Amino acid sequence: MRNQSNVWTIVRKEFARFFGDRSLLFTTVIMPGLLIYIVYLQMGENIGKSHQDDNEDTTTVYVDNLPESLRGDFDSIPFQLVTEGFNAVALIGDSLADKERSLIYVNFPPHFDSLITAYDPMGGEAAPNVKIYHNSNSDNSELAYQTVKLYLEDWENSRSNMFDINAESPDAEETFDMADKDDSLGEILGQLFPMLLMMLLFSGCMAVAPTAIAGEKERGTIATLLVTPMRRSELAIGKILSLSTFAMLSGLSSFLGIILSLPRMLKGDGVDIDIAIPYTTGDYLLILCVLISTVLVLVSCISILSALAKDVKSAGTMVLPLMLVVMFVGFTPMLGGDAPEALTAYLVPFYNSVQSMASIFSFDLKPAAVGITVAANIAYTAIAVFVLTRMFNSEKVMFGK
Amino acid sequence: MDEILRVEGISKTFTLSKKQQKIERTTLRKKVAVDNLSFTANRGEIFGLLGPNGAGKTTTLRILATLIKPDTGDAVLDGYSVVNEEEEVRSRIAFLTSELKLEDFFTPNYLFDFFARLHGVPEAEAAERKRTLFERFGIDKFAEVKVKNLSTGMKQKASIVISLAHNPDIIIFDEPTNGLDVLTARSVTDFLAEMRQQGKTIILSTHIFSLVEKLCDRVGIIIDGRMTHCDTLDAIRDGLSLEDRFFEIYKTVKGGEE
Repeated sequence: MRNQSNVWTIVRKEFARFFGDRSLLFTTVIMPGLLIYIVYLQMGENIGKSHQDDNEDTTTVYVDNLPESLRGDFDSIPFQLVTEGFNAVALIGDSLADKERSLIYVNFPPHFDSLITAYDPMGGEAAPNVKIYHNSNSDNSELAYQTVKLYLEDWENSRSNMFDINAESPDAEETFDMADKDDSLGEILGQLFPMLLMMLLFSGCMAVAPTAIAGEKERGTIATLLVTPMRRSELAIGKILSLSTFAMLSGLSSFLGIILSLPRMLKGDGVDIDIAIPYTTGDYLLILCVLISTVLVLVSCISILSALAKDVKSAGTMVLPLMLVVMFVGFTPMLGGDAPEALTAYLVPFYNSVQSMASIFSFDLKPAAVGITVAANIAYTAIAVFVLTRMFNSEKVMFGK
Repeated sequence: MDEILRVEGISKTFTLSKKQQKIERTTLRKKVAVDNLSFTANRGEIFGLLGPNGAGKTTTLRILATLIKPDTGDAVLDGYSVVNEEEEVRSRIAFLTSELKLEDFFTPNYLFDFFARLHGVPEAEAAERKRTLFERFGIDKFAEVKVKNLSTGMKQKASIVISLAHNPDIIIFDEPTNGLDVLTARSVTDFLAEMRQQGKTIILSTHIFSLVEKLCDRVGIIIDGRMTHCDTLDAIRDGLSLEDRFFEIYKTVKGGEE
């Protein structure tokens, strides 16, 4: 009973400290999410804007000898079309060399229509050649080049059409790609989200744990706690529980920032995917369990390193190698391959969290693996509480100069 | 006399870092901070540990406060060993030293409640004690001001009051008047005398002779980690002023070494 109440007293103090300090609350919880949201939104808008720029009729397509059979196609291209009254030599010589100017020059051989009608592919003669002069250093020129080339290739195909592949039938929407849409989305999210979540949680832990442990040591306030009859284990548990809550809040804030800005950003990118992410409440609960257990392990590790450090600054340096490890492990789902089958793999800290999350996000849930992950993480936290308690008891660690 | 503290042959050796070796101007890796120190203190008295800087006073007090453990020996405080029964010892003492700080972010009011809770003081009792102590030290005027905005004197008063939240029988005070202005220093010495009147035992360390002469019932003189003399103030003074007597002793001890 006394144990519980002392842990509670510590947790209450840490909460009062965290939630009472507006600037701390702002920089660790509100700012990361807000920043990500604003930056991503801005990114989406910029991408959207540059697409709009491209679509404006600023690029000019100069055409010589435009054949009648292609007139209709060229009239519909999204660029300004000029078919007469220009100097082709000057175009090729100067104007095209200037990458700031958006233009291409298309040169059809004279009497193109009759040439291609008369042309025999089996005859061994060279085929009639259409020349498209462009500047690949200019985005607009390159885009116009690709567009016109595509038009011409389509036109060429349609003239000699012998059969179609996967032609869209007018009366029924037939699907030929049998891949489950959820599956491919799941695969992308399964690669991306575990890494993202690990990094966000890590930065959340970094924002709170070193100040609360190395900082208290540096300022001499932890010594004041150590002369009270409270057990060192109570202090360790109280610290880990409250710091984990703050880290979790910080991580969730960043995550919300991403989720909320993602649809706008993708829309800006011209990608039209269904953003209704198809996970069940059960999936979300499992993810939450994995996340909470992961935060506990992360906070434990950073707390132990912070207790070893003599001040906040050196705690930051000591945590760096751990950050690299967590980052690397976060990338493992991207290195290909499915989540490991062997359940013992889920005993490896961080790796187990990343793989469990990847399996949930990619609809390949292995309940036993997730169970082992959460249990192992809680066991590691218990070990860390024991280690931290020993450290709080050690005069070398707490008072060593 | 009712003995409340018995220190039996405590020793403490520190390993010096390269940097500390330079500061101490020594090539030795080990420094004996406290060397087989023994003394007793009685209930209701002010016991002063007097000695120059680096004599081992603070180390001794830190051992009594259970922040560090002696390499050998033990001290028994109110029947509890500082080596084996730390939690019992901690619940009976107040330890005041410049090393122990209050968290800047909180107010004296919050911190008093916080430490009272950690000591398991019932809420009504804590509230009553807070009212009395805050009034006695004039803390009610700045009870809701964050510690970081308090002056040194206010901080010292807040530290004293908060360390008394659990009404400890023994007050261990390292250099009580160091760094304080005359007014705060005076209120601290008045407070110590008042605590003695209330029957509390005070163990303090200092290098200020006047403080010892004014306050202490019994004195232990520490030089180089050893207790050279330990007796009542009058017996130690032996008719001289404390300062003269101290240097006499110091010369004898140091002279013997040379």
